[in-house]
Amino acid sequence: MPPDLSLNINTDLTERILTHFLRDEILRTGLRRAVVALSGGLDSALACALAAAALGPENVLALRLPYATSSPDSLSDAQLVIDQTGVQSETFEITGMARPLLATLPAGEAKRAGNIMARARMIVLYDRSAATNALVVGTGNKTEILLGYTTLYGDSASALNPLGDLYKTQVRQLARHIGLPASILAKPPSADLWAGQTDEGELGFTYERVDQLLYLLVDQRYRPEECVEAGFEAGFVRIVIDRIRGNQFKRMLPIIAKLSNRTVGYDFLYLRDWGT
Amino acid sequence: MTKLRLGLAQFATQLGEVRANLDHHLEFVEKAVQQDVQLLVFPELSLTGYVLQDLVPSVASRPEAGDRTFGPLLEASRRLDLVVGFVDEDNRHRFYISAAYLSQGQVLHVHHKVYLPTYGLFDEGRFFAWGDSVRAFDTRWGRVGLLICEDFWHASPPYLLWLDGADLMLFASASPGRGITHGEKLESAWWVEHINRAYASLFTTFVAHTNRVGFEDGLHFWGGATIFDPNGDLLAQGPYQAEALVVADLDLAQLQRTRSRLPLLRDERHALVRREIERITAGSSGARDKG
Repeated sequence: MPPDLSLNINTDLTERILTHFLRDEILRTGLRRAVVALSGGLDSALACALAAAALGPENVLALRLPYATSSPDSLSDAQLVIDQTGVQSETFEITGMARPLLATLPAGEAKRAGNIMARARMIVLYDRSAATNALVVGTGNKTEILLGYTTLYGDSASALNPLGDLYKTQVRQLARHIGLPASILAKPPSADLWAGQTDEGELGFTYERVDQLLYLLVDQRYRPEECVEAGFEAGFVRIVIDRIRGNQFKRMLPIIAKLSNRTVGYDFLYLRDWGT
Repeated sequence: MTKLRLGLAQFATQLGEVRANLDHHLEFVEKAVQQDVQLLVFPELSLTGYVLQDLVPSVASRPEAGDRTFGPLLEASRRLDLVVGFVDEDNRHRFYISAAYLSQGQVLHVHHKVYLPTYGLFDEGRFFAWGDSVRAFDTRWGRVGLLICEDFWHASPPYLLWLDGADLMLFASASPGRGITHGEKLESAWWVEHINRAYASLFTTFVAHTNRVGFEDGLHFWGGATIFDPNGDLLAQGPYQAEALVVADLDLAQLQRTRSRLPLLRDERHALVRREIERITAGSSGARDKG
C-alpha cells in the first residue's frame, strides 16, 4: 500500500497528547506557567491555545513583540488569539533594542536583519520567563526544523515544543480542529520581516508539497530516487535533501571536543526529566 | 481456584526516584486491596522509570526481603500477589530490565528481559545485559508466564511460555506512543493490542498487558492496558494516556471450555518444531544468533 500523502492526523488524539505533554513537562519542573511569543501566525497561535488548555489561560503569558515594520495585521491577529483563549498578554516593541544593531548592517542584509529581530524577541521572551517563573513554549514545526527555516537561538529557542513533530500541513489541521480565528487560518505563512514576505515565496515551494516529500524521506525512509519515482521532481528532491543535511547544526547543541573519559553529550547521558 | 480478580496498574513513574515510585506502588496496592484484587501487575521498570541511561547503576534493587525497596513490597504481597518492574543487579554487577512475581512474602519468579530493543528511539542494549531464560512458574492461580515489552514483540517467548505451561501470560511494558495517523489509535497501540489478541487466540490462554503512562521528556507512554481471554475476547481495557487501575474477573474455567472446542495445545507438535529448528539453525552461520 503506498503511503498516505494526505498526512491526515487524528486531531482529538493529537490535542490530548500535546496538552498532557505541556502540563506534565511544565508541572514536573515545579513551575506552572508558560510564556509564548505570539506573532499573529498559525504556529504560535496554536502553541498558545494548547498551553492555555494545558495550564489554564491565567497561567499563560502571550507576548506580542512587534518591530516598527511589522504588519499591523500581525498585532490584530495576535489579539484575536488573546481574546479567544483568555491568556494574559503583554506587548513589547523590540524596535528600540534592535535598531542600534540593525543600523550597523549594510543595505540588503535581510537575512541578518531577520536573525537580529528573532534573537531580540528571544531575549525578551526569556527575560519574561524568568520574571514570571514560566517556561518558554516553542512554536517551531517539523517542516521548518527539518528545512532549517529558523533562526538558531532565535525563534528556535524554547524550553519545550509541542509542535516540533507536526508538519505545517498537520499544524493547519490541528489549528482548524481547535477553532483558531479564521483570519489566522486563511493568511499565507510569513516571518513578517518585510512587507509582502511569505514563507512559500522565500522557500520556493509550497508547504503542502514539501511536507509530502519530507514525509516520504524522513518518516517513510524513502531513498531519493524512490521519491522521484513517486512523482517528485529530481531537482526539488535534491534541494530539500541538501537543506535537511546542511541545517543539521541547527538541530543540535554545540559539539564538545572530547578529552576526558566522560563528556557531556557523549557518555554523560540523562534525560532532562532526571529525578522528576 | 477458578476465579481470579486481576488488577493492572497503568502507572506514571518518576525518573530515577525509586523511593517515590515505591510509595506510588503502595498507594495502588491500597486501592487494589479495597477492590479485592488478588493479583496486581505493574508496568515495565515501574520502580525506576524507563529512559534511565546513566541512572541504571543507581536505581538497581535486589528482589529479597532485606532490600529497602523489596522489603515493603514483599510485605504487601501478603495481601495480594504482585508483579513489579525493576532493575536487577546480579552479584557480578550486570544490570537487567526485570519483573518479579511476589506472593505471600516470597519471590516466586524473576524474569530478565530477553529482547532489548536497540534501534530507533530505543537504546536498551547500551545500558542493560540480556536475560537468557524464558520460564513459566506455578502460582496460586495456576501456571503463569511473565514477559517484558519487546519480549512479546517476538513470537518465540510467548510460544515457549505456552509450551512450558503458562495459562496466564502477564506482559508489562513501558511503550512510548508513536505513529500518529488519521486512525483512531496510535500505530504502536494498535500493534500491541493486535498481537496480544492474537496470542490469546493462538495459545487459547489469558493474556494481560499493562503499560506505563506519563511522559519522559518528549516520550509519552500510552497506557491502554488489556486483558484477553482464551477465546481472544477483550475482558477489560484501560484508558489511553491516563493513570488507572484496570480490574477484571477471570473465569479460569474458560481454559477448559475453549480448549475442549479448540485443542490447539493438545495438537501442538513440539518434536516437529524442535527437529525443524535444529535443522534450520544447523544450516545457518550462527553469526547473527545472540544465543
